[in-house]
Amino acid sequence: MWREHKHVFSISNVFKLKESKRAVNSIRSLVEEEDEEDDVEKVSWSGEPVGSISWSVKETESSIRSTGEVRDQSFPKIHTAPSLPKNSSGYSLSSLFKEHSEKLLTSLILYLLDCRWSVHDDVILLWQDYVSDWTPEETVKRMQQGKVYSLEKFRSLQDKLLLLDEAVNAHDGNVITAVLIYLKKSLSKEILFRELITREIALRHYIHYLKEIGEQKLLLMQYRDHLNVRDENKRRDFLKNCLSFPFSPDDATHVQDHYTLLERQIIIEANDKQVESSGQADIFKKYPRKASILNMPIITTLYYSCFYHYGESDGTFSSPANIRKTFRISDKQFLLTCLGARAKLKAWFDVDALFTTKNWLGYTKKRSPIGFHRIVDILQKNNAPVQVLQDYVNLVEDVEQKISLAQKYKCHDVIINTYRDLKDRQQLIVYRGKVERSSSEYRKIEEILSNSVRW
Amino acid sequence: MAHSVRRDAPELPDFSLLKRLARDQLIYLLEQLPGRKDLFIEADLMSPLDRIANVTTLKQHDVDKLYKVEHKPIVSTSDQLCFLIRPRIKTVKWICDVVNADKAFGRFRRYKIIFSPQKFYACENLLEEQGIFGDVTTDEWSFYLLPLDDDIISLELPEFFRDYFLEGDQRWVRTAGSALHLLHSVYGPFSKVYGIGRCSKMAYESWREQVEEGEQRARQAEIGNVFLIDRDVDLVTPLCSQVVYEGLVDDIFRIKCGCVEFCPDVTSSDKSIKVMLNSQDKVFNEIRNEHFSQVFGFLSQKARNLQTAYDKRSGMDIKQMKTFVSEELKGLKQEHRLLSLHIGASESMMKKKTKQDFQELLKTEHSLLEGFEIRECISYIEEHINRQVSMVESMRLLCLLSLTENAFSLIYSSMSYFLSQSYGIEHLLTFSNLKQLGLLVEQQPGETLTVMESRVGKLVNDKTAGKLTDAFSSLAKKSNFRALGRRLNLVPKSDEEYDLRVPRDMAYIFSGAYIPLSCKLIEQVLERDGWTGLEEVTRMLNGHEFAVTAGSNGSDARVKTDSQRIILVMFLGGCTFSEISALRFLGREKGLKFIVVTTAITNSARLLESMLDNHA
Repeated sequence: MWREHKHVFSISNVFKLKESKRAVNSIRSLVEEEDEEDDVEKVSWSGEPVGSISWSVKETESSIRSTGEVRDQSFPKIHTAPSLPKNSSGYSLSSLFKEHSEKLLTSLILYLLDCRWSVHDDVILLWQDYVSDWTPEETVKRMQQGKVYSLEKFRSLQDKLLLLDEAVNAHDGNVITAVLIYLKKSLSKEILFRELITREIALRHYIHYLKEIGEQKLLLMQYRDHLNVRDENKRRDFLKNCLSFPFSPDDATHVQDHYTLLERQIIIEANDKQVESSGQADIFKKYPRKASILNMPIITTLYYSCFYHYGESDGTFSSPANIRKTFRISDKQFLLTCLGARAKLKAWFDVDALFTTKNWLGYTKKRSPIGFHRIVDILQKNNAPVQVLQDYVNLVEDVEQKISLAQKYKCHDVIINTYRDLKDRQQLIVYRGKVERSSSEYRKIEEILSNSVRW
Repeated sequence: MAHSVRRDAPELPDFSLLKRLARDQLIYLLEQLPGRKDLFIEADLMSPLDRIANVTTLKQHDVDKLYKVEHKPIVSTSDQLCFLIRPRIKTVKWICDVVNADKAFGRFRRYKIIFSPQKFYACENLLEEQGIFGDVTTDEWSFYLLPLDDDIISLELPEFFRDYFLEGDQRWVRTAGSALHLLHSVYGPFSKVYGIGRCSKMAYESWREQVEEGEQRARQAEIGNVFLIDRDVDLVTPLCSQVVYEGLVDDIFRIKCGCVEFCPDVTSSDKSIKVMLNSQDKVFNEIRNEHFSQVFGFLSQKARNLQTAYDKRSGMDIKQMKTFVSEELKGLKQEHRLLSLHIGASESMMKKKTKQDFQELLKTEHSLLEGFEIRECISYIEEHINRQVSMVESMRLLCLLSLTENAFSLIYSSMSYFLSQSYGIEHLLTFSNLKQLGLLVEQQPGETLTVMESRVGKLVNDKTAGKLTDAFSSLAKKSNFRALGRRLNLVPKSDEEYDLRVPRDMAYIFSGAYIPLSCKLIEQVLERDGWTGLEEVTRMLNGHEFAVTAGSNGSDARVKTDSQRIILVMFLGGCTFSEISALRFLGREKGLKFIVVTTAITNSARLLESMLDNHA
């Protein structure tokens, strides 16, 4: 059944290919007025199909005859892949019959055409007899050209593998997959895989094919299936089930985290939803939750926790400290996320506390795992007031950077003090010109400039 | 605008022929299902179809209603259904469901599937398995090539990249060969073919076989030389932020099939509009290849000129005014419309880029390319990730880091951990893809297997997994970017001033910081007429280079015709607008014309999004 259709299509394929070329040439000849010597039989797209088909058969004939001819302008073959061992001894005889076979093919096509596509069973039988003479090479070539072919005759493992290797040699993924589909149907899984191990290209085609038809249930793909599970409790259970898979150590850690995370999120979500709807907590009243925390990334969960559950004791699942510990969040990550959340709430005191460290003498000092210029940037993006900003601008070590940041965010005091400390009278005078005459900054600059002790 | 054009550059061939060819064949195919029919079109075939035909054309050939393929049950009442699709398992499966649902319902219809550009055996096999082979007729619409502009032709196959480079599926190799064959038959015969990359070699072979199978007509060649290049020869270039106007527009607004949708922000009205971006747009044509920093000056100059032209009216008498209105006004109005559009676009892009601290981002990128202050770059990227700024951007920077610095493998583990914490753990699927492709390189302690190996190992059984290590060792890619950069002078010295108004080399497309590797290779090979002297370079690029000439009997080959100065460059796996701009620049410098044929237009976001596996 399949073959029969293949045949019909194959003719229309050849027809179309030749047709498009011809159409191009006909368009061209209008422009160039070239005179052609060969059998020009101009065919229009909507032309008589019967005539075109007979023409296409002629084309088929001529193209068959011309294969293998050495042409003047031909390009050399290049070595494309490590060549595979070829064993063609079993097929040498058939090549003797080649010319005869092609004639037979042509007459068959003509016969089929006369039957107006209604193919009789005996023709198919005849066809099969004929087909069984093709070598792997010829078969692959025919498949590439969309011509009729048959794979049934490749029955011994050796023949099947020769066919596969030939398909790989032809570099046509479409044909490689077609052969693999046949091998899948006609070989046991174990044998097929055993052979594919040493055939990387074929193996990758096979894996991709299985993936596309949804049959491949390998490690990561199985994990991937959790995305199809909508209900969060079922999804959690699904992930729990995944924990037992033999993932690589790295992947196993990720999957474990994923399970733990969702488990926590379900608990936090249930709790917060209830608290929010009961109206007990101010924070939820003031900042109603925009979305559920379920299925959010770890950092988003941490942000949420820093926003709604700041200051909770380490013991609770929802506390920032607990999340930090459970998911091994780095100092930088923790600081940045926490900073973002507390700044959003304008909790400047909390922000301050994030950087404050005490040494053994009890002195406090501000420290940060990331440069203070970045901190300033983040605070500014969260609309921190100048009073807050300038504290952090002051902590920037690089003087040039400090001044440029201060100028960007209009922290006058920082600028004035820095120039004062640098004893840069010239810059102070320049800067005086930039501030309002009646402002306190102006007065401050005046004061410094007039203080003769300094200069 | 600022470039002097060498007058002897040859004219480009007329590619509108390809559109006509595709349209005529489609009409022919539609006529194969006579009578009224509803047509279902695959979503990503709609724009390409729009470029060559319109609804009227379809209606004229008995198409009743048009639907987009949405993988949902259908509502059509027609007795004949025609599906115009890409050869994808998912779509064919959907059609099987449609047909089988009809069958269950006792409903009789005729079905036809037209695969574009070709069908695959796997699709037909599915029809057979689902028991509808024979109920459905199938055909192929050989719509291989869509001319997007005078010098750009696209296969519109974005999946080529993932299928070939990630999955290792060579299904599109013959398609590429056929596309080349079509160009060869219409605009050839080619006399020289250069190439680099495994896929290029295979596409060349496929093309050569098709040439041998078919007949050859002696005619005057319009295109003489061909250069084939695999996308994975140069993955750095498409990952860089684009700063040439056309590239930037693509990065920000996404040009689809030569058309862009400008949001209300740009049009300064309440609705967005779709605009075709090609050489027909006179304003765009002059700025498309320019560095963004040069565009504003040009546009304002243009606006002033326009004002002067309008102002001419003031001193005119009635007769002059009449000529003005009939001859100039329309052109001026048109220009005015285009000008305000591109000014709007520039402003909007400027705003967006300022907001995301583009300068700092570019600084990091350039440092990576130069191999300078890597520690700072890493902390910049880390912070980018920690602050959950755009995931695709984070991935892009990480991939650039990995491609340019071999030492990246040492921090892979922690970086991938940060990424999954910030953007979701399910991205471990994405990492696995990026590793497979070689975009991210992980350190390999002796005992752990690569993802591919453990996958395959599981597929077979655990005992045999060990044997695979050898077979897959070829997958591990080591970045040679630094050495290549030195060898080919890809990164100009940063202490020299680079005048973007008068670019001196192709580096201008990246603000003078980097000459795209892909384009540099093309330049070098054309200059040397082959790969001689580039042995070390090709070794670092994993070889697979070739340069072949048509048999010496052909007399054309020796004649120095215009066609010899027309070079068709085929990118297998996609190319960026920046690369096209670079090639246009090279063409102007050398008196050559480049025609870019690509499997699809790509950019960093498209490339990385094709690697995502985080949705169901």
